Amino acid sequence: MHKNLVTSVLYTVVTALLLGIAYPVFMAALAHMLFPYKADGQLLTKNGEVIGSRIIGQSFTGPGYFHSRPSAAGTGYDATSSGGSNYAATNAKYIARVEANVLNLQKNDPGIAVPVDLVTTSGSGLDPDITPAAAEFQVPRVAKECGLSIPVVEDMVRKHTESRQFGFLGEPRVNVLELNLALLAVCPQEADQSLP
Amino acid sequence: MAPNGWLQIAVFFGALLVIAKPLGVYMAKVFEGERTFADRFFNPIERLLYRLTGVNETHEMRWTEYCVAMLLFSAVTMLLTYGIERLQHLLPFNPQHLGAVAPDLAFNTAVSFTTNTNWQSYVPETTMSYLTQMLGLATHNFWSGATGIALAIALIRGITRKEKNTLGNFWVDMTRATLRVLLPLSVVCSLLLVSQGVIQNFKPYTTAHVVDAQTTTATGADGKPATQKITEQTIAQGPVASQEAIKMLGTNGGGFFNANSAHPFENPTPFTNLLEMLSIFVIPAGFTVVLGRMTKSPRHGWAIFAAMAVLFFGGLCVAYRAESQPNPLLHGVNQQVTASQSGGNMEGKEVRFGIANSALFATVTTDASCGAVNAMHDSFMPLGGLVPLVNIMLGEVVFGGVGAGLYGMLIMVVLTVFIAGLMVGRTPEYLGKKIEAYDVKMAMLYVLIFPLCILVFSAIACLSPTYGLSSLNNAGPHGLSEILYAFTSATGNNGSAFAGLNANTHFYNLTLGAAMLIGRFLMIVPMLALAGNLATKKLVPPSSGTFPVTTPLFAGLLVSVIIIVGALTFFPVLSLGPILEHLLLFAGKVF
Repeated sequence: MHKNLVTSVLYTVVTALLLGIAYPVFMAALAHMLFPYKADGQLLTKNGEVIGSRIIGQSFTGPGYFHSRPSAAGTGYDATSSGGSNYAATNAKYIARVEANVLNLQKNDPGIAVPVDLVTTSGSGLDPDITPAAAEFQVPRVAKECGLSIPVVEDMVRKHTESRQFGFLGEPRVNVLELNLALLAVCPQEADQSLP
Repeated sequence: MAPNGWLQIAVFFGALLVIAKPLGVYMAKVFEGERTFADRFFNPIERLLYRLTGVNETHEMRWTEYCVAMLLFSAVTMLLTYGIERLQHLLPFNPQHLGAVAPDLAFNTAVSFTTNTNWQSYVPETTMSYLTQMLGLATHNFWSGATGIALAIALIRGITRKEKNTLGNFWVDMTRATLRVLLPLSVVCSLLLVSQGVIQNFKPYTTAHVVDAQTTTATGADGKPATQKITEQTIAQGPVASQEAIKMLGTNGGGFFNANSAHPFENPTPFTNLLEMLSIFVIPAGFTVVLGRMTKSPRHGWAIFAAMAVLFFGGLCVAYRAESQPNPLLHGVNQQVTASQSGGNMEGKEVRFGIANSALFATVTTDASCGAVNAMHDSFMPLGGLVPLVNIMLGEVVFGGVGAGLYGMLIMVVLTVFIAGLMVGRTPEYLGKKIEAYDVKMAMLYVLIFPLCILVFSAIACLSPTYGLSSLNNAGPHGLSEILYAFTSATGNNGSAFAGLNANTHFYNLTLGAAMLIGRFLMIVPMLALAGNLATKKLVPPSSGTFPVTTPLFAGLLVSVIIIVGALTFFPVLSLGPILEHLLLFAGKVF
């Protein structure tokens, strides 16, 4: 008993240093050497300023942008408070929230069913993607707001559609931040449009 | 359900089969002390570690000493984590200057990681410093995983040894599991994860100036609505990849971030998702091979693998089908499966994973005692959420946790041969060992403690409006499911959640902490007692009355025993929770 207690303490100290300090520090050094951009979170910069991470979603609600999915992370896309709504399929608040989002999105296209990912929150609240269906749904609105023709915007969506990894893994998707950055190059957005 | 979804499931299971065999063979060699290709590298490190920690490599332990060593080590490491959490504001690697963790939460978290549960009542991004995550939590991902492996090896030794009273040396088994199995796999896995975009750094959180500034209205301190402009996004960073790898391989499941494996920094691509699911299952699946080799009956190992596979696919089909369904309460929403969307129930799911990978991940993580999630189980359809819950209730024996899955399954095997013996009226034998009253008593203790803990604690929470019910996020039958899931997950040492339940209260932190301790240690003691008793027995040669444990009949009987034990115990409460909710959903009821 006494001997095993001493060993417990010594074993804890030695392996904690190995597994809790040496291992992560070694991996960080290796990651920094081999994949520096990815290890730091794929940060995008504009004029020397960080404007986001390629793989962390942001809120886009302006009419001239492709909208991202609703988010339950903090006040929306809060990357220090990731998480989902955790609403059950039978929760009245969930049904009401979806209904409000559907009405809002159908303002431009009444009667057309909204792709489900565009009115549901993701698991992380930071989903960087929407489905190709959700992007297609938004093409007419974005084209109108930007004064571009529909085929031009459709082409832009197609270029930013990532197919399944290795042809079969996961689902096809569109990175909203990248698509909107490409859009910004041809369609400057009014600043502060959402302020009264 | 789409053909591509089934293809991905087939690829996952095929890859598992390919990896399980060689890994199992390697692990069997490691724990039998046979030579392996890596001896020249590991032997000196092990000797150094034994010298530093005062371990006598050749000392053999009885089951009682093995148990005491395991309990002492768990207690010491638990205290270390509690201490780090309480003092993290004074310690380095804390760029966000996070304060000390509250005592009840620190207790709950220390218990949670020590017991391989990784239940998280907190938001890691704003609660735990990098040092706490690395030194306080990720270390337990190794330790508790290695402990599970050591215990399973001890039980297998109990089965294979003849007229001996020892089961091996806890410290030696721990060391081999850590250094020769978990650590090398983690290094490889974390590198693969980083190459796909899982982050690994010690930087303070990044402030990004967002492209489309948002205005939100929130009620200010004076009670009037105030408009607030959001121009920045603070992006949490950290040494994620190193922790992510062992979180999966050790079937721990404690996320570096609150959203766990749904977070793009933890699980950025479909390939990382596949890798993470495989990491959960490879060691438990490899253990069936270890069992086959160590008992010199490889076909027995595969019979158990087959039983596990049947239960796995059964659960998966139900979950995948349920999640592919449209929610009948949503109107004006396109929930169809098409070439450009995976459709179905997307609340709480990520676009890059879609329905198939979310249902698969949920099944895998609860078959094993992992508990990592890539989609929010709370938002699953009622029958989709039923599957993870039932998987845990079956005892997480479908591949199961590292080691823990196998020893849980072997308890079920003992029950199965006992029942088969009763049916033909002979003393049951298992691999030449007579199964007698003491063994069955220990197995029954193991089987009974589990539901007792879940149901009693859930009942207490349901009866207490102030402490239990006030934490609910959803009303109606789903509320019962949230509470039931919490105590099932804690007792089963799974750690996934119907996460709408606000568990960071004194009541839940303490009761869930107690449930985790009971579900881990109170169940290990009878298991080790059984192992110790089996080791002392004589070997009886097989006769015509011996029930063979290598046949499809055995696998089928094993599956039925697991289902009957689980179903009889939990069916009443399940019918009041997810099953009732399913019926009400399709009757158009909301809560």
